[in-house]
Amino acid sequence: MDPRLNIIDKRFENVKRIIAVSGGKGGIGKSLTASALALLLTKQGFRTGLLDLDFCGPSDHVILGIEGVFPEEDKGIIPPEVLGIRFMSITYFAGYNPVPLRGSEVSNAIIELLAITRWNELDFLIIDMPPGTGDPALDIIRLIKRVEFLIVTTQSRVALAVAKKELQVLKELGIPVAGVLENMRLKEQSAVKEELSCFEVPFLGSILFDYSLEDALGDPLKLLKTDFAVELEKIVKALC
Amino acid sequence: MHEWALAESIVFTVNEEAVKEKLKDITMVKVKVGELQQIELDIFKFALENVLPLSSIPLNMARIDIEIDESTLKCNVCRNEWNFRDAAGKLPEEESEAIHFIPEVAHIYMRCPRCGSPDFEIAKGRGVWIDYIEGER
Repeated sequence: MDPRLNIIDKRFENVKRIIAVSGGKGGIGKSLTASALALLLTKQGFRTGLLDLDFCGPSDHVILGIEGVFPEEDKGIIPPEVLGIRFMSITYFAGYNPVPLRGSEVSNAIIELLAITRWNELDFLIIDMPPGTGDPALDIIRLIKRVEFLIVTTQSRVALAVAKKELQVLKELGIPVAGVLENMRLKEQSAVKEELSCFEVPFLGSILFDYSLEDALGDPLKLLKTDFAVELEKIVKALC
Repeated sequence: MHEWALAESIVFTVNEEAVKEKLKDITMVKVKVGELQQIELDIFKFALENVLPLSSIPLNMARIDIEIDESTLKCNVCRNEWNFRDAAGKLPEEESEAIHFIPEVAHIYMRCPRCGSPDFEIAKGRGVWIDYIEGER
């Protein structure tokens, strides 16, 4: 039997809220949302952790310009505090290398990380999820009993169709949804809110496509000044 | 002391199984330590000794048998089989250390010695595992 499964609850016992930032498709701004959310919550005085679970495409460290840090080993591993955020990522162990893992190995690595990481006291733990409802999403639902999801989508029919599928899975499993965020909005008219109304989850708001974002990557202060972050900050207030 | 976290998980699991199986006494716990994770046995035993007081059921080191589980890695492409020991000495320390924390990162730093693929399965000897728990009701 796998003893790691029995220690995971204990690792989260002093974490008040755990929010998995998810969404079916890749490239819709999940990592940016998760990273900026962690920054904004920290700015508001909340003790915040950020866990990048996108093992095959980790990018939170790039978005936040985090480098040159490593977890401390003390009865497990303690995430380093960077920009006021306790940050954990596979990049500490993988460096800049590609991570060619099959689904079962991703699960095993997730279990290991959850079992050995000591978050201690947090108001919020933000989890940046990889795309889809595959192994990582099912593992997080299975292993973290108090997790709630924040679903990111765009108004594209492609992204919206997949977001609906994810919401369907969460509804079926009885997993709480903190809300849906429409990101990268291009047109004045959007049907996202209406299209997702049948799921009866909070619609947190829309954020327009922000052309300045790319230039702000890696610079947290600049990132906080983007229209994206300013809009997200209003949404964060609704979450708290 | 990442071994400490794994030692804690052993005690928590024994406790949980004892409750589930209504065991009043634990007579033996067989723990396997996969060689891929390169656990320092002395540190692991020291950690276990120190977390045993957390146990809600009496448990002592004499009743915990720890065995190193040799690794078997199987290539998904050419079906070659090898073990971690053959490659371990050739890995730089920081890569070896990374595998110690998260054994799956072996896929980043190791390749099938026959075909060079990173697509292999850790069939045996990954990490800490409880083989069995014996006790009396």
